[in-house]
Amino acid sequence: MFSYNFHWNQAFKALPQMLDGALVTLQIALLSMAIGLVVALALTLFRLSGNRILNGFATVWVEIARNTPALFQIYMAHFGLGSFGIHLSPYTALLVGIAFNNAGYLAENFRGALKAIPETQTRAGRSLGMTPLQAFRYIVMPQMLRIAFLPATNQMVWAILMTSLGVTVGMNTDLAGVTQALNAVSFRTFEFFALAAVIYYVIAKAVTLAARLAATRMFRY
Amino acid sequence: MIEIENVRKSFGQLEVLKGINLTVQKGEVLTIIGGSGSGKSTLLTCINGLETIDAGRIVVDGTDVHAKGTDLNKLRRKLGIVFQQFNAFPHLTVLENVMLAPVKVLGQSKAEAEAMAVKQLTHVGLGDKLKVYPSRMSGGQQQRMAIARALAMSPAYMLFDEVTSALDPQLVGEVLDTLRMLASEGMTMICVTHEMKFAREVSDRVAFFHKGVMAEIAPPEELFGAPKDPELKTFLAATH
Ligand SMILES: Nc1ncnc2c1ncn2[C@@H]1O[C@H](COP(=O)(O)OP(=O)(O)OP(=O)(O)O)[C@@H](O)[C@H]1O
Ligand SMILES: [Mg+2]
Repeated sequence: MFSYNFHWNQAFKALPQMLDGALVTLQIALLSMAIGLVVALALTLFRLSGNRILNGFATVWVEIARNTPALFQIYMAHFGLGSFGIHLSPYTALLVGIAFNNAGYLAENFRGALKAIPETQTRAGRSLGMTPLQAFRYIVMPQMLRIAFLPATNQMVWAILMTSLGVTVGMNTDLAGVTQALNAVSFRTFEFFALAAVIYYVIAKAVTLAARLAATRMFRY
Repeated sequence: MIEIENVRKSFGQLEVLKGINLTVQKGEVLTIIGGSGSGKSTLLTCINGLETIDAGRIVVDGTDVHAKGTDLNKLRRKLGIVFQQFNAFPHLTVLENVMLAPVKVLGQSKAEAEAMAVKQLTHVGLGDKLKVYPSRMSGGQQQRMAIARALAMSPAYMLFDEVTSALDPQLVGEVLDTLRMLASEGMTMICVTHEMKFAREVSDRVAFFHKGVMAEIAPPEELFGAPKDPELKTFLAATH
């Protein structure tokens, strides 16, 4: 028989605490995207550089980021680096792990986007006296970022959801961490996690919507 | 002055330029005609150093294009080139397309570059399209924008590679008119073209390329009126 009694009151009382956690979650996701974006641009330049070592470095990064579990990547940032004497706090380890993952996926998005930009665009820039870097910066990159923008919002949503893996490295201030802690003292597992899921959902949807809006304002051509 | 001395160029086994000798004087309009694959485009891209050469020299105003120490980015400022594909930068407005290189390459101020861009765009008949994105324009308009973009760098030479070949027939005229205007203003130009009537009108000299060789070069009346090279005769017969 169905014998679970719902106690939503307890969950709702904890809502402010959980929303504080949600802010931390959003903060990590945004920071990890910002870092991921910068690193992905660097990896893209490495791949375009024609230098075998740089290209190899970028390829290995992208391969690991995309073909190993995110959980593993966050573990490596925490325990892996820890065994080399680099001790990151759960917050930093989570941020580094997600940023690593973001960079790999974004770099791959960029690679796909670059395929859609004809080589003649670069040639036109070079013909006007631009250096290869200038042609990339002013002609290719803006077009690449536009093409990669919507796939990148998917990665942002994925980054928000990945933050929940932080509990495995002792993260207790983000939404998943707070929820976990509340659950541990109250055992209202279903209520707390259902509420957390709703909050994750709302954040993810809001981010997607905001990105769509931003895209229509930014890309007018 | 552009001096081309015994230039050879191969792509793998295929020799595309087989010892080209050609000098283009300041103020001259040279058109290059010839069949597909005869090496016309390759020669233009060798002149501005987009392609390397295997032998010979190309000297632009005393600068050896393919010498080791040559600053190609600097050299290209004086060699405007317009291609068959319009190569508009789609993310920039017409005005921004034309201003980009003067600002980023020449280091001009925005105001200076804008004044020049407006001048050049007005010159090619696009003064009312400044804020428009290229995707909103016809091929002829995009091609004229590409010409204005090259002219905004104040080049000493303009190279045109079949700039009307990708255009709908009714749009060819407006682009050729722009080239005629530049020629009449004294711009030094090398035009690769399939438009024989245009070549006859504007050229000081016409060069006929065949299989990597410059088979004949002469003033238009002579080249079209009394062609000597048998391949040229065949070529002209086929184009009429
Ligand atoms: N980057 C390249 N790699 C290999 N082969 C090339 C390359 N560019 C040109 N070719 C070859 O060199 C030959 C000459 O090409 P080019 O484009 O100079 O001819 P063209 O006279 O401009 O012809 P068209 O009238 O068709 O434009 C062609 O056979 C072409 O396939
Ligand atoms: Mg060609």
